Amino acid sequence: MSEIIGYIFIVIGLAFDILGCIGLIRLPDVYNRLQATTKCVTMGTCSILFGVFVIKGFSSTGIKAILCLVFLILTAPVAAHALARGAHASGVKLWSKSVCDMYEQDKGEGKR
Amino acid sequence: MKNKAVLFIIGFIIWILLGWPPDVQHVIAGIPAAAVVAFLTGDMFARRPFRFGNIIRYLWFCYYVPLFLWECLKANIDVALRVLNPRLPIKPGIVKVKTTLKSDTGLTFLANSITLTPGTFCIDIKPEKGILYIHWIDVRSKDINTATQLIAAKFERVLKRIFD
Repeated sequence: MSEIIGYIFIVIGLAFDILGCIGLIRLPDVYNRLQATTKCVTMGTCSILFGVFVIKGFSSTGIKAILCLVFLILTAPVAAHALARGAHASGVKLWSKSVCDMYEQDKGEGKR
Repeated sequence: MKNKAVLFIIGFIIWILLGWPPDVQHVIAGIPAAAVVAFLTGDMFARRPFRFGNIIRYLWFCYYVPLFLWECLKANIDVALRVLNPRLPIKPGIVKVKTTLKSDTGLTFLANSITLTPGTFCIDIKPEKGILYIHWIDVRSKDINTATQLIAAKFERVLKRIFD
């Protein structure tokens, strides 16, 4: 029974990972692509790891999967944050149909 | 000294979990390993270690985890629907959000939560002014107060009780 539940989690995780990759291809600029990849890939991979935990239980493998899950949740957003900030600092423009960019405005005020 | 002790305990627990199931040799090897890490990096880990002793903060943290997971699930379905929609309904932009959190850990958790929730992710923080710059995939309001209400309010309320 726990195997079936675990496999369901793994399949859901794979589906989210695929959606994240489709988002990476379809969305227009760096920032939007990061949106899709951080959310879907974090959730998808966490779901796969949780599925492994459900199948293996509190064994050596299962506990390592849970540890990986916690570290992934803590670090994936930080990586995305660093990438986005680096991209903006090195002058990557937002998509041409973007509504507003208050970060750019405030940076300009700082220089004056 | 106290934050080194806290880091030693946490590091030792993680060591044991990594080497599950524990045996004597492994545990003995873990004591010096955790001690070295705690001695070298203890001062960076926590500035105010006395907060680890407060039970109410842990209870609020237990309330925060399911709230966060639910928002995370909504975020994923939201992004998935946007990606699969042939017309690609996005309206991106960078908005500002105010925060009243002061501690580094609190700000980190707020930024991480915002990144993993629907359509928003954090680009930069200005801790001295209490401003976060958020990239929003579907800008509903450019006004700073409305954006704060829509994006940060529900997490900030809980995180304030945990970390401040």
